[in-house]
Amino acid sequence: MPMPASEIQQLIEEAIPGAQVRLEDLAGDNDHYVAHVASSVFEGMSRIQQHQLVYDALGGRVGGQLHALSVKTTILKNNQ
Amino acid sequence: MNNEIILTKIQEEIQSNPVLLFMKGTDQFPQCGFSSVVVQILKTLSVPFKTIDVLADPAIRQGIKDFSSWPTIPQLYIKGEFIGGCDIVREMHQAGELEALLKDKGLVG
Repeated sequence: MPMPASEIQQLIEEAIPGAQVRLEDLAGDNDHYVAHVASSVFEGMSRIQQHQLVYDALGGRVGGQLHALSVKTTILKNNQ
Repeated sequence: MNNEIILTKIQEEIQSNPVLLFMKGTDQFPQCGFSSVVVQILKTLSVPFKTIDVLADPAIRQGIKDFSSWPTIPQLYIKGEFIGGCDIVREMHQAGELEALLKDKGLVG
């Protein structure tokens, strides 16, 4: 069953407090999203680690319930 | 096939192929847009690579996700190191980082 953007956004925000999250629904079907996530917590992490954090926030849904989630991460500097 | 055997098999493939892509379909006939993007990038960089079609083997399809702790396909390995999926490979390519990495490992001229 596809997931609404608001739920995905909430899960990411809960797992990464203070993160700025924006979801794009690529196909209009609630099943192919791009998640833009900006957080200072990404500083010092490799891209894999950053993406892993976002995937973990979704608790195993990616690749299963959620068919496709593209992730774009940005590091927020602490004074932003 | 039991899990340990599959993980060992995956480990062997990763160790013996300097550039290895786990994908859906083959490099001639990709079966998924994300997999296709990575194939195109590798072809653009003229780096020799091997592909493994996870659609041909459900045990590998699940096994590689367990092995990498990464939930999606495609997955690119370079010299035994997990590089990432389509998003990361594309970002690195656009930043010139992928070519730099391949040169650094002696995989492209």
